[in-house]
Amino acid sequence: MESKNPGSKKSRPVYLDLRRIRLPVTGLVSILHRISGVLLFASLPFVVYLFDLSLRSQQGFVQAAALLHHGFVKLWAFLLLWALLHHLVAGIRYLLIDFDIGVALPVARKSARVSIVGALVLAVLLGAILL
Amino acid sequence: MSWRAEGFRAWLWQRLTAVYMALFIVWFAGAVMMKHLGNHDAWREFVGDGRVATALALFFAALLLHAWVGVRDVIIDYVRPFYLRFSLLMVVGGALLATLLWALRIIFMATL
Repeated sequence: MESKNPGSKKSRPVYLDLRRIRLPVTGLVSILHRISGVLLFASLPFVVYLFDLSLRSQQGFVQAAALLHHGFVKLWAFLLLWALLHHLVAGIRYLLIDFDIGVALPVARKSARVSIVGALVLAVLLGAILL
Repeated sequence: MSWRAEGFRAWLWQRLTAVYMALFIVWFAGAVMMKHLGNHDAWREFVGDGRVATALALFFAALLLHAWVGVRDVIIDYVRPFYLRFSLLMVVGGALLATLLWALRIIFMATL
């Protein structure tokens, strides 16, 4: 994969080699957007299971609520809350960029930092209230 | 509409579903916190309300489309071998469809 002429068509990578990527903060938002999205996708069956359980019966509702406050599940729920908030905040940033808002690099860098920190802060605040 | 979500169409669906889900999630989270839905009866009555059930069903449909375009992009970017890529796409597509049907059934049962 070593290329002598990085601009030429032949040496362009055909897929993304994760070990070769060095990230600026805008790239960090991007990869966190992906990671949070995959995390949300992978957790979907369990979320739907909890949704099912909570609606099925009175005991089911109590079970689902108890499950959410149980050690590892609570940690997972917090991670998922962060993933949702990061995906939402970074997603809104991308929508704005689609409309040509905040495209200039200094602004894009600032909004990237705000997205990462903002999602974390929101996750901690909401997590403290909800979990 | 074609089943193949590619190029501009995929890009557009990704954003339309994102906007709907963002608005829905903020509204839904607000409603759940404001209405004190901390018991089964109130929760079921809320979800079973025709308008809420419809909005929820639409949310899961949007989620399926959004997740399909997103996860498909991720797989195509990182998974190179054809058969592995193809199998993963089939598994993801099947899992998403099954999850959607499951969620729609749950919502429908809550309206009864």
